Amino acid sequence: MTSDNVTDGQPDPAAAAGEHRLSQEVERTGMFGTGTTGDTSGYGGLRVRRPDQAATPRPYGSYFDEVADELAAGLERSGGSFAEAVTQVAVDRGELTLHVPREHLVAVARLLRDEPSLGFEMCLGVSGVHYPWDTGRELHAVYPLLSIIHNRRVRLEVSAPDSDPRVPSLVQVYPTCDWHERETWDFFGVIFEGHPALTRIEMPDDWKGHPQRKDYPLGGIPVEYRGATIPPPEDRRSYS
Amino acid sequence: MTAEAEGRVYTVGGQDWDEVIAAATEVAEERLVVNMGPQHPSTHGVLRLILTLDGETVTELRPVIGYLHTGIEKNMEFRTWTQGVTFCTRMDYLSPLFNEAAYCLSVERLLGVEREIPPRATVLRVLMMELNRISSHMMAIGTFGLEIGATTVLLYALREREKVLDLFELISGLRMNHAYIRPGGVSQDLPRGALEGLREFLRVEPPLIGELRALLDANPIFLARTKNVAYLDLAGCMSLGVTGPVLRATGLPWDLRKSQPYCGYETYEFDVPTETTCDAYGRYLIRMAEMEESLKIISQCVDRLAAKRPKDDPVMIRDAKIGWPAQLAVGPDGLGNSADHIAHIMGQSMEALIHHFKLVTEGFRVPVGQVYTGVESPRGELGCHAVSDGGTRPYRVHFRDPSFANLQSLSAMTEGGMVADVIAAVASLDPVMGGVDR
Repeated sequence: MTSDNVTDGQPDPAAAAGEHRLSQEVERTGMFGTGTTGDTSGYGGLRVRRPDQAATPRPYGSYFDEVADELAAGLERSGGSFAEAVTQVAVDRGELTLHVPREHLVAVARLLRDEPSLGFEMCLGVSGVHYPWDTGRELHAVYPLLSIIHNRRVRLEVSAPDSDPRVPSLVQVYPTCDWHERETWDFFGVIFEGHPALTRIEMPDDWKGHPQRKDYPLGGIPVEYRGATIPPPEDRRSYS
Repeated sequence: MTAEAEGRVYTVGGQDWDEVIAAATEVAEERLVVNMGPQHPSTHGVLRLILTLDGETVTELRPVIGYLHTGIEKNMEFRTWTQGVTFCTRMDYLSPLFNEAAYCLSVERLLGVEREIPPRATVLRVLMMELNRISSHMMAIGTFGLEIGATTVLLYALREREKVLDLFELISGLRMNHAYIRPGGVSQDLPRGALEGLREFLRVEPPLIGELRALLDANPIFLARTKNVAYLDLAGCMSLGVTGPVLRATGLPWDLRKSQPYCGYETYEFDVPTETTCDAYGRYLIRMAEMEESLKIISQCVDRLAAKRPKDDPVMIRDAKIGWPAQLAVGPDGLGNSADHIAHIMGQSMEALIHHFKLVTEGFRVPVGQVYTGVESPRGELGCHAVSDGGTRPYRVHFRDPSFANLQSLSAMTEGGMVADVIAAVASLDPVMGGVDR
C-alpha cells in the first residue's frame, strides 16, 4: 500500500506528519503498557521526554530584549561577551531564562545586580532540578532574580554534569543564597564552590545520599493487607 | 558532666537552677553556649537556636532547622498535578491557601490557561486568601504577645482567628489543609449561608481589631520590648532576601499584590501599609494595618459574589480535560462528592463516568516547561518553581518559602543585642517551621 502514499511525486500529508513525529527528540519505551505485564488498563511504561526548553530567537518581547542588551553591553565593558556568558536565551510563558555556563555565573549575577539599568537586587533562592538522561548536564540550579527598582524578573539556569557536580557559589553576590545553596546541596548533591559552610540543612547531618535526585531509591517493602499485596512505591503501576 | 573539647556541659531540665548556678559560679567563665530549642514554646515550632552568650549579650546566633522536614516536594513528584494541592497546603500550615494559590497559579501558567479561569473562582481565591491573611496575622500577633508575656493578647487573637477558621469550615469543609484552590479554579462554590457569615464577620471584626490595638499599640511594656529591637534595614533585607512585613517595615512599599498583581488584585482597592522604623514594633503595626486592609478587600469580594449572577457562572475551568470533574459538597460527614454528581456519573452518562475515572486516576498532562510564580503570603513572597516533563505528575516543584529566607536574617537582627530580644526578634519574623522545612 506504500504506493498510495505517494501520488504524483507529492508526499502524503499524513505520512509527512508521521515522519515529523518520529523525528522529534523523544524517547519511547514500550507501547500502551505492554512493556512488562501486558496490562492494558492504560498504566504502563510509556515515557515521553523532551528537553525542557528550546532557545528563543530575537525579538524576545516585553522587557526581555532590553535586559539582554544591557547585559551584553555590561559584559563587553568588563571584557567578556554575551555569546560566551549566555549560551541560551529562552522565553517561555512570559518568563525569561538565561542559561549561563557555570564559569560565568558569578560574573553575570554580579552584573545583573550592580548595573543600574538591570538592578536585580534580590535573589529568590536556588532550585535544583535533576535530569538524569541529559548526559553532561544532569544537574541544574535555577536562580529566580527579582528587580524591585524596575519591577522585573529574570531566571538564571546553570547546569553541571553528574561526574563533576560543582557550581560556583553566589553567596558573595547574594548573601541570601547561603541557606538555599545548602538546601540544594542537601537534596541534589550540587557542590557550591566558595560557599562558607556547605553542610546539610534539612536532612540529618549523617544522612547518606541526596534524596530529591531522581535516582534516589525510595525504599519500602511490599505490604500485605487482607490477602492483597501492595508493592513499594517504585514498583507500583503508574502513568507517565 | 565534663567533655574535654567543648568545656563544661550542663543539662538543664528545670528545678535544678541552684545546682547550675553554683556550678557556673565555680567555673567563673563568662562565655556560655546555650542551646535554645528545638522544643521551646517561644521558637514557633521546632526551631533550634544555638546562642553564644557573653553575660546577657548575644555574640553569636545560629539557627538550626530541618526538624520538620517531611519531603513534601519529593512526594508531589509521585502524585498527579491536582493531588499536589493536598501536599503543598500542608507546608506553611498557618497560610495553607497561599500555598495552594502559588502552586495552582504555576500549574495554570504551565498549562497556558491563566485567562480561562472563571472570574468567580478568582474572586473566591482572593476572598479565601485575605481571610487567611487575617487568621495568620492573628496567630502571629497572638504568639508575639504571649512570647513577651502578654497572655491576654493570645486569647483575644485566637478568638478572632477562630472566627476565620469557622468561615473556612463553612466554605471549604475544613479548618486547615483545605485543598480548596485547585488547578483550574476552586473545589466548590459558596455554600448557603456563607455570604451572611462573611457579612457578619465584616461587621464584628473591625472593633475587635481595635480592641487588640488598644491592648498593644501604646502599651509601655510592649513598646519597651519591641521598639528599636531586631533592627534590620533595607540593605539588609535586600541582600538577605527578606520580604513581607519585615521588608515593608523599612519603608519600601513592596507588595506583590500591587507591584505584580495576580488573581485580579489590581481591581481591588486597598493600601500597602509601611513603617520606617525597621524594628519589631514596625512589623507589628504593619500586620495590624494589613488585617484592616484585608477586611476592605474581603468586603469588595463579598459585594462581587453577592452581585446578580450570570446564568452560567462556574467556579472551575470549562475545559473538561483539566477541570476536576467531581462536583464536591459538604455533607454531614465532611467534604465529598456531591450526591447529584454521583447520580450523574453512575446513572445517566457513561461518558461522564469515563471522564471522571480518567481525570481522577490518571490526571491531565501538562506541557513541557518551567515557570516561577510568586504570591504575597502573610510572611512575604511565596514562590513556586514548577517543572513539567510533559507528564501527568510534576517533574519537580520547589517552593521558595518566605519563612525560610526570612529566618536567615535572625543572626543579623540579634547578634550584639540582649538575649531577651532574641524572643522578640523571632516573634517579629513570624516563621512557620512547616514552611521552612517543607
